This record gives sequence, structure tokens and C-alpha cells, in this order.
Amino acid sequence: MVTYNIQYFALLREQRGLDAETVESSAATAEELYAELATRHGFTLPTTALKVAINDDFSKWQAPLSSGDTIVFIPPVAGG
Amino acid sequence: MPNPQTFAISGEDLEIENLKQQLLDSHAGALATFEGWVRNHNEGQAVERLEYSSYPALANKEGQRIIEEAFEKFEIDAAIARHRVGMLEIGGIAVWVGVSAAHRGAAFDACRYIIEEVKGRVPIWKKEYYSSGATDWVNCHQET
Repeated sequence: MVTYNIQYFALLREQRGLDAETVESSAATAEELYAELATRHGFTLPTTALKVAINDDFSKWQAPLSSGDTIVFIPPVAGG
Repeated sequence: MPNPQTFAISGEDLEIENLKQQLLDSHAGALATFEGWVRNHNEGQAVERLEYSSYPALANKEGQRIIEEAFEKFEIDAAIARHRVGMLEIGGIAVWVGVSAAHRGAAFDACRYIIEEVKGRVPIWKKEYYSSGATDWVNCHQET
């Protein structure tokens, strides 16, 4: 198990009820991590509607994660 | 001669005259600006106010990339974009883009480019508060 820092924004922040948390997980990719968290917390958005950032940069869902990474799942944006 | 290439998220009201002053440039013959306003309706519902939030670290980075792209694509002298976060009332200015250039074509094109890319790429979210009392995160309806 490794440790990941998760930050939540917008709809995901409301659905999780937290701004951020540290989780222990065996997920090796952001895709696996989201699947795990979505099941646990009932997130409604599918990965096809989200983007992901690792350590404050956009990343691929399949990119390997390292212990201590900060991961943000990005709901559909709506600026302007 | 100033040459601002800046994007920023702001929790305060935007000071438009101040932003325009930063774009003044004796080489420029044109200033194109865009203001995004909070309107009182969306998709048939009466809207009372909007709440914008952002992922600041990545929003600032991505916004700055967009401005840099505008400089690569168009012959412009300066460009500034600002996006509000927090609660905004009807008529409030949510986003402002200003571009100065020698000629109006590049100023219009770059201004359009920046606002479209900001809307499509920068991690900023909008929550609508309706007259009915309901609220909704715009664009977040897709379900698993």
C-alpha cells in the first residue's frame, strides 16, 4: 500500500465532503485510484468526463503513481 | 515599454481601468477586450447568483500557457486575462480579457482565442444558484 494526497474541487468536493485527504491504496494508476474512491464515496462522474492532474500538471489516467503524489480529479470545467 | 503576458485568478472585483492601463503601448493601434458577465438565466432557469471556484495551481499554469500560445499565434503586443472566483451577483464581471496589437485583426483574434481556450481548458467551475432555491454545478450532469 502507498500513500496518495487527494485534493477535491467543485462537485467532487461536495460529494466527498472534504477539500483534501490522504489515502492508502494499492492503486497503481490514477484510473485505478478514481475507481476505488468512486466506489467508496459514490462519485457520479465517469472518468470519461474527468481529467486528472498529478502534482499540479495534467496527466494521463494510465500514468504510474508514486507514493506521496498529489492527485486531483478535474470535473468538467465551466469558466467564463 | 510594458509587455504583460499574464493570467490570474482573482478573488476580488476586477479593476478594468487598471487592467487597460497595463495594456497601453505606443506600438499598439488596437485594443480588443472581452467581458464575461453574470446573466440572470441559463437553460431556461432563472439564476440568482453564481459561485466560481478553481484549482489555483493548475488554473494559473494553464491560463498562462494560453496567453503564451496567443503570442505565438497572433501578432500582438500585450495580453491580460483575469477570472473571478467566489460568489458573483447578476451583472458582475466573471472574466476579462484584453489584447493590444498594432492592428485590430490580431487583437480581435487573440482576444477570442484566449476566452475560448480559458472556457474550455482552465480548471474553473461554476455553481448556479436558481430562484427556485436549487443549485447546480454546470456541465457536471454526466453519470457513470
